[in-house]
Amino acid sequence: MSSVAPSAPTNAKKRPAGTLYRGREGMWSWVAHRITGVLTFFFLFAHVLDTALVRVSPESYDKVIDTYKNPFVNLMEIGLVGAVLYHALNGLRIIAVDFWSKGARYQRQLLWAIVFVWVVVMVPGAFFMLKHSFDVMFGSK
Amino acid sequence: MATSMHSPIPPVIEAPRSAPGRPRRGRTNTELYAWLFMRVSGIVLVVLVLGHLFIMNILDGGVQRINFAFVAGRWASPFWQVWDLLMLWLAMLHGTNGLRTIINDYTRRDGTRLALKGLLYTATTITIALGTLVIFTFDPKI
Ligand code: HEM
Repeated sequence: MSSVAPSAPTNAKKRPAGTLYRGREGMWSWVAHRITGVLTFFFLFAHVLDTALVRVSPESYDKVIDTYKNPFVNLMEIGLVGAVLYHALNGLRIIAVDFWSKGARYQRQLLWAIVFVWVVVMVPGAFFMLKHSFDVMFGSK
Repeated sequence: MATSMHSPIPPVIEAPRSAPGRPRRGRTNTELYAWLFMRVSGIVLVVLVLGHLFIMNILDGGVQRINFAFVAGRWASPFWQVWDLLMLWLAMLHGTNGLRTIINDYTRRDGTRLALKGLLYTATTITIALGTLVIFTFDPKI
């Protein structure tokens, strides 16, 4: 945890653990929240448009959905899922900081908790999402 | 010795800075409601969006099984129609409000701010209208 260098003055421990939004975890989690939010929002425009093709014809819809099945686009989808998952988990952390009386005090621990959940969900998630691409590229299907 | 591990000193939350020269808002609570909406819609979106991503990308073969017939099968059920409609509206409004905040944060000139917001609201209106229309008028026998 917050290990103090031997030469640091003893009162260093008494100072507040940074500010919530400037520097360290509090700031970078906010930067990532903003970037993932914008990324997801821009994808949403494209996604409503491609889904709208079901109103044009089955062929045009199937054709555009086929691009999602391409192994390279598949990788980008994993990136998108990872971005949305981070945004969702960190959004819950923000809500905890705002509404839970101890939220601000534990904001750092909360961040590492959601990073842990993110990894635990993304490892099997990425595996299942990549499974078909592997099958296509390396044999068995 | 002093173990601050279980009870760290709470961080200081500084008053937010605002860009120089930005006009002050009137005496309304709009920003409060927008702030609250981000949190309420966020909680609902956790279920709708993460559920959507799980069903579409991971469950049962993931994206490989999606095609027109798959959509027709799903939208035969009012449950998924309502799910998708709610997700469309909430995600669009949540994302639009988020982008409104970002535009307010980074634009310096009134003209730029106005132009970007105009573009944002136009794109949002068209996208929500289009998505809603598609869900309500979907025809499996097209
Ligand atoms: C999945 C569940 C989600 C949760 C729990 C969530 C939570 C939040 C919260 C609490 C905020 C407010 C942050 C603040 O006021 O400081 C926020 C901001 C934002 N969200 Fe979400 N969100 C979710 C999904 C989405 C989706 C699907 C999109 C895209 C359409 C999105 C785009 C944004 C954007 C652009 C912002 C503004 C970021 C900023 O001001 O820095 N969010 N989100």
